[in-house]
Amino acid sequence: MRKIAVVTVVAFSVAMLFSSLAFAARKTIIKIGINAPLTGDIPKVGEGTKYAAQMWLADIEKAGGLEVGGKKYEVELVIEDNESKAESAVKANTKMISQDDVLAIIGPQSSKQAVPAGEVANKYKTVMISPWSTNPNTTLDRPYVFRGCFLDPFQGPVVANFITDEFGFTKAAVLYDVASDYPKGLAEVFKEAWEAKHGAGSVVAYESFTTKDTDFSSQLTKIVKSGAQVLFTPQYYNEVPLIVSQAKNLGWDGPIVGSDSWGSAETVELCGEACYGLFFSSHYAAAGAKGATKAFIDRYEKTYGYIPDDVAALTWDALRLAQQAIQDAGKITGRIEKDREAVRDALARIKDFDGITGKMTFTEEGDPIKCAVIVKINNQGEYEFYGSSCP
Amino acid sequence: MEPLIESFNYILQNIINALQRGSFYAVISIGYSMVYGVLMLFNFAHGDIFMVGTYIGFGIATVFLAVLTGLVPPPVIFLATVVVTMFLASWIGVFVEVAGYRPLRQAPRASAAITGLMIGIIFETGILIMLGAKRLSFPPLMETVNYHIGGIYITNVKAMIIIISLLLMLALHAFIQKTKWGMAMRAMSYDFLAVPLMGVSINIIAPLTFAVGAGLASVAGILYGQAYPILDPYMGVLLGWKAFVAAILGGRGSIKGAALAGYLLGFIEIFVATVFPSTLRDFIAYSIILVILTFRPRGFFGMEHSTKLRL
Repeated sequence: MRKIAVVTVVAFSVAMLFSSLAFAARKTIIKIGINAPLTGDIPKVGEGTKYAAQMWLADIEKAGGLEVGGKKYEVELVIEDNESKAESAVKANTKMISQDDVLAIIGPQSSKQAVPAGEVANKYKTVMISPWSTNPNTTLDRPYVFRGCFLDPFQGPVVANFITDEFGFTKAAVLYDVASDYPKGLAEVFKEAWEAKHGAGSVVAYESFTTKDTDFSSQLTKIVKSGAQVLFTPQYYNEVPLIVSQAKNLGWDGPIVGSDSWGSAETVELCGEACYGLFFSSHYAAAGAKGATKAFIDRYEKTYGYIPDDVAALTWDALRLAQQAIQDAGKITGRIEKDREAVRDALARIKDFDGITGKMTFTEEGDPIKCAVIVKINNQGEYEFYGSSCP
Repeated sequence: MEPLIESFNYILQNIINALQRGSFYAVISIGYSMVYGVLMLFNFAHGDIFMVGTYIGFGIATVFLAVLTGLVPPPVIFLATVVVTMFLASWIGVFVEVAGYRPLRQAPRASAAITGLMIGIIFETGILIMLGAKRLSFPPLMETVNYHIGGIYITNVKAMIIIISLLLMLALHAFIQKTKWGMAMRAMSYDFLAVPLMGVSINIIAPLTFAVGAGLASVAGILYGQAYPILDPYMGVLLGWKAFVAAILGGRGSIKGAALAGYLLGFIEIFVATVFPSTLRDFIAYSIILVILTFRPRGFFGMEHSTKLRL
């Protein structure tokens, strides 16, 4: 028995030695990790992330690789599914950093995963850019974590101001998922902004539910009774159709306003005509886009058959930010820790990056300063530009 | 007078909300209780059988709506969808019994319970592989009409859900009390060792029980698709667990108990959220149930022997 154990250990050690030798001999490949919700609650978000990343990779391959310091490097994407769960996102980041030796990570998208996954990326000193996470905690005190979008403390007041200016309402209701970082954070920010404008108690109903709930009838009955004029619900596309239809069935006839989580291509597909005419704040509006944004939309639609949502556009921008940072870093040494640090420093230095979702310059915290868009779902079910608000 | 009427309406509106929610818990928890009655084990795959039933209903409804619209009136399409889905879904129940539980009939009960969980995961991931993670939208089988009666809102869909669930439970009651098969099931739940000796085979009664439970769950699935028209492969998990709570609360093996406890659960959930902040809903609702079970460990209608026996 002992002999077998010894032989096994020796065999393993030899195998390890050879594989590591083989590894060292290989040419340097730049690996970019993608941490996306391919399954779970919001698979459409994962799909948009993956498609945008593949489009970006196709561009790099067409150019014969990524040129850094006069040398072309092969690029490889490591796509991991985080199942839309916080713990899986952490696991995916750990794996990509420690086993796959990725140079930078794009994702996770929603704050529920981005907040805990950012912790890991920062700890192991690997650049992580979350394209879509708007919760402040994602990048807070984490020099290695960046994002591609505006923050909830900015988005909340934008929505509150928009409702006030557009409708002249003074009483609002909020319905949100208390078990998810993004809706909870945004609901709080909105409430604060609304009450600062219209006085304490002007949010007349502040109701919550938990992830996976499908019945909101008691909360909505309360909201209808509260005399609120508008309902704000910062939920994802799998909940929005249920909330909208149940609200209407319980006698709600005021407007329902959402946030950037509505921006998925699937919201209208699942919700149908019930969602026509509603507003939400977002990162970009596909209908009526111009220039590079339009080129991206057309190419995406031609390849995948539908108009890209904000997640795809932000992922595209995040990848191009990472690309520029790698190129700005000047050279790839092959020593991963050193390269990661160089990429981080280069990324923090980027000024006035011209993305398809707007111009971006990073703050100290790794958050870009950029504008928000108010989108109206028009009567063809398209996301139409309605107005914008800049910091 | 005005505020009094208003709060009366408010309560009435919530009663309707609770009846709708409770109907789902009731119909699904019956599936747990029936299987427990016959085999003395809880079929933890039941929530996922409900999910598969909903997907079957989705497929049948989509096909029927495409083929039959314009040829026959909508209620006929609805009825045809229910009947065909029920038939197909009962075979899922039979499959679960034959493939999952029969080989483990002599095994420790814990193994059988774990089997249920495994089958559930296989169903979830199976649907995920077959149909992808994309959400599906259950097509409406009838146009929603919203009635506004004296300050209360009720849609025809809501009324239909409540009525059909009650009819289903009455039909099941008649089946169990009046037919030969029902009698065999009752006998089996009374003594599953002696009854097979009398020539009633457990290998027929067990799959029959699973089939009836799955059929009921699939109708619940169609109704669920009308009320909450977004399908995902994990939709049965939470609903299944809550229905299981109802089955325990009603008393193991008691169908009447499961149905009543299902409605009670719906009422507790809705009214807790009405009275307290909705953030505390599940916390308070399930604490109440815990307290009830502390004082009535056998549930409402549980037989004494059922708590002592096995799982």
